[in-house]
Amino acid sequence: MASEGFHEPLDRLDEAALDYHRAMSSLCEELEAIDWYHQRVQATSDESLAAVLAYNRDDEKEHAAMALEWLRRRDSALDSQLRKYLFTSGPVTEVGEASTDPAADSSGSLGIGSLKEALR
Amino acid sequence: MNHLHRDNAPISDAGWDVIDDEATSRLPTYLAARKLVDFEGPHGWAHSATNLGRVTEIAGPSEGVSALQRTVLPLVELRTEFKVSRTELDDVDRGTSSPDLAELDEAIRQIALGENVTVFHGHQAAGFRGITEATSHEPIAVGDIDKAPDAAARAVNALRQAGIGGPYGLAICPDMYTTIVESTEYGGELLLDHLRKILGGPLVWAPGIEGGVVLSLRGGDFKIESGQDLSIGYLDHDADVVRLYLEESFNFRVLEPDAAVAIRLGD
Repeated sequence: MASEGFHEPLDRLDEAALDYHRAMSSLCEELEAIDWYHQRVQATSDESLAAVLAYNRDDEKEHAAMALEWLRRRDSALDSQLRKYLFTSGPVTEVGEASTDPAADSSGSLGIGSLKEALR
Repeated sequence: MNHLHRDNAPISDAGWDVIDDEATSRLPTYLAARKLVDFEGPHGWAHSATNLGRVTEIAGPSEGVSALQRTVLPLVELRTEFKVSRTELDDVDRGTSSPDLAELDEAIRQIALGENVTVFHGHQAAGFRGITEATSHEPIAVGDIDKAPDAAARAVNALRQAGIGGPYGLAICPDMYTTIVESTEYGGELLLDHLRKILGGPLVWAPGIEGGVVLSLRGGDFKIESGQDLSIGYLDHDADVVRLYLEESFNFRVLEPDAAVAIRLGD
């Protein structure tokens, strides 16, 4: 099997759900790799190795961003949350509170998105 | 504030909550196409077109210079306007739980039907071909609703013969849907359940469609590309009413014409 981590029988998942899982798995793997590289950068006493590991760590951030963007384009709820929280200033916990005012919602979207999964 | 100008509307937070909740609770009932085709985005209001990866030869600007123009599919903006009584909005602030939002309900129905018609039958002025226009298969006629399972089985067979995998879904007009839901077959099984077994997927009530369409749900065959997903914006107001609108921007493409079969009513 190309990927583990399924929690439902495969015959009950359509192609879109499988691709969603693949992208989610990739994102998790990239984030885990960033964390592992970061720990190794901190731990090694060899400066040249630390430089290589830091370079590799930051390369994984590009991969994570690409996987996240793929998911955002297909998941309207995720899109809505990212639009709400990313690239804001001030306390993060106050961003959500400020956005409970519908008129202040930066997009004004009703957040309907895809309904393909709603029938399952 | 963005182009929807919601901040300019004389509507309280409670009023916006009621209006938005009404729209989000009713829209999914009507939005049949989104239950069956891929939905990509939203990419934002500024997203204007899809790159089709093709070119058209055009006259060059000067002697000895040739020119190819890139082909894109522009998005269209669909909009339905509606009015809300300021008295009703005042009553919302007083605590009423049953404001009269009849015009909003009609606007919801209209824009959802516009999206369904675009997906299933196309929007010629926008250059979008609908599924029933683009399909490579001959339509299957259904003269008697009791024969719907036969037609669905023939459609699924045609898709399989073309190498199109399932599960499959059936979008069907409200009249046929009602008849199917009310019908039982010989042996007592509901016609609805029989159809679901044949399709391996859902049967969807689809206002705006003529007849029906059996299509693959495997993904990658039909795509709505959304710029701005359905949103409510503000136009203007007077002493009596606030004028608002429902709006979305999107385009639609059939990527695999072999992946759907139209069901036509009649012999």
